[in-house]
Amino acid sequence: MFRYDAAGWGNDACDAFVIEARQLTKSYGEKVAVDDLTFTVRPGVVTGFLGPNGAGKSTTMRMILGLDAPSAGSVTVNGKPYAEHRQPLSEVGALLEARAVHTGRSARNHLRSMAATTGLGRRRVEDVIELVGLHDVASQRVGNFSLGMGQRLGIAAALLGDPKTLILDEPVNGLDPDGIRWIRNLLRGLADEGRTVFLSSHLMSEMALTADHVIVVGKGRLLRDQSMSDFIASESSDVVRVRSPQVRELEVLLTAEGAETASPVDGTLDVRGLLTDQIGTIAGRAGITLYELSTQAASLEEAYMAMTADSLDFRSASERGSATSSITDAA
Amino acid sequence: MSAGTVTRPVTIRRVIGSEWIKFWTLRSTVAVLAAAMVGMVGIALIIGFNTRHLSAGLDPEDSVQSATLQGYYLGQLLIGALGVLFVSGEYSTGMIRSTFAAVPRRLPVLWAKLLVFVTVTAVAMISMSVVAFVAAQSVIGQSRQSFSLSDPGVLRVVIGTGVYLTLIGAIGAALGWIIRSTPGALVAYVATILVIPVLFSTVLGDWGKEVAKFLPSEAGASFSTTLGHLTGLGPWTGLAVMVAWVLAGLAAASILLTRRDA
Repeated sequence: MFRYDAAGWGNDACDAFVIEARQLTKSYGEKVAVDDLTFTVRPGVVTGFLGPNGAGKSTTMRMILGLDAPSAGSVTVNGKPYAEHRQPLSEVGALLEARAVHTGRSARNHLRSMAATTGLGRRRVEDVIELVGLHDVASQRVGNFSLGMGQRLGIAAALLGDPKTLILDEPVNGLDPDGIRWIRNLLRGLADEGRTVFLSSHLMSEMALTADHVIVVGKGRLLRDQSMSDFIASESSDVVRVRSPQVRELEVLLTAEGAETASPVDGTLDVRGLLTDQIGTIAGRAGITLYELSTQAASLEEAYMAMTADSLDFRSASERGSATSSITDAA
Repeated sequence: MSAGTVTRPVTIRRVIGSEWIKFWTLRSTVAVLAAAMVGMVGIALIIGFNTRHLSAGLDPEDSVQSATLQGYYLGQLLIGALGVLFVSGEYSTGMIRSTFAAVPRRLPVLWAKLLVFVTVTAVAMISMSVVAFVAAQSVIGQSRQSFSLSDPGVLRVVIGTGVYLTLIGAIGAALGWIIRSTPGALVAYVATILVIPVLFSTVLGDWGKEVAKFLPSEAGASFSTTLGHLTGLGPWTGLAVMVAWVLAGLAAASILLTRRDA
């Protein structure tokens, strides 16, 4: 169903299947929602757009679709501003954050009205209804739909024009675990066919499973634009947990070696910046008894939270992140 | 790839097709239109029945050509609400984002909606106005002298009532585009057609009456009725003034539509 003609898939054509934002900025009076974002979303991979609520993800997606006009900068889809495409639904399929459907209309009629703008018939409407699994409820008013059914309808609408690019704002919201797995596989399949897939989420855990590439924003600013594996490598710093009757003495020694320490529970120390071997050696030399010496993987979620909590926090987090990784590398 | 999945360029014809589907697939839209049609005929029959005998106590307004078409008072509320809702319903539900994702140039949506709305209301309300008139006059004709469509001025007011309702609905649609919120646009609509004319003509003295004649509902009434108190302008001048209001509203709506964020 989602095969393109081979002719459409030369390298030249692929180069054009991108979303390109250049110094994209949106401000509402004093408040800057999107601040000088420059990024490129490439075809063939799933690109995650990650940031806490209010970071400017939805505003950016609305600007890509021409729903909001940028205050400065520009954004193009497949080489042109979205509004200049003559068959927009075959360029971009979009699922926007809140439901963008009249609640009084049935799912089928909603899709029919959208399909009609670009000459698609009932058959295509039935195809996408089948594809997202809404067949049994397609005649019901959308107002009666659960959140998950609403998301499926939004995805059906996004797929209508068999688009080269998909833009999905928080697509897993409201979906049950089966639905989440379904959409993950769907997006993976669409990207594997060479499409551009750009999806936002505020959940790091979801993104880590779905995206190959990640663009992280906080307070409207670009924080990261790198492959997911690099992002994970740079952000998950290991913590060593030490249990000892002489934590205070040990803490002094470890801090002197440049480690960061924290004591979550009495008699326990979380050490960042030193490996287990180094800590064991230091403790042995000083004759300190250890009950436990173990590596704990810090959650990516925490790293992401720290990074996006505040732009100032972001700076210190990134510095800390790179310091940790350089020690790891050296070891 | 099956033939059904090939997209074609967005044209005004296809956007009209889309708006046509949207109009007929909302229960609320169809119900309001049906209520306006039934109301027009029902009220005409009631007026005809109640005024079939000329008596001393009869209001002279109840014996003129357009007497039996006074259902337009109700009709203009319903058709105005229909015009407002056809547009503002897209904003209140978020549908507008899907609409503009499909038609990102936006203006074709405004014109297509207008065309669908004007066509449907004109056909429905002109035909109901004719039906209402003929039915009510046949009730009256059993007891006293009644009007027929061929009498002087009659065809103008009968068709004019349908035209008036169509144009006033277009003003509702323009307010929907401009204000975007359903309650806000409904309040603005009622203020425009009912409250402001009354304020001007009763509170502000003679110059207020002069201004009131040029307001859309008063100007429109001067060609769509023969009611005595509503004949400020000549019929054709009144029609021209009302059309000018509609065009001004649509011009404002289209400028705002292209400039504002959706």
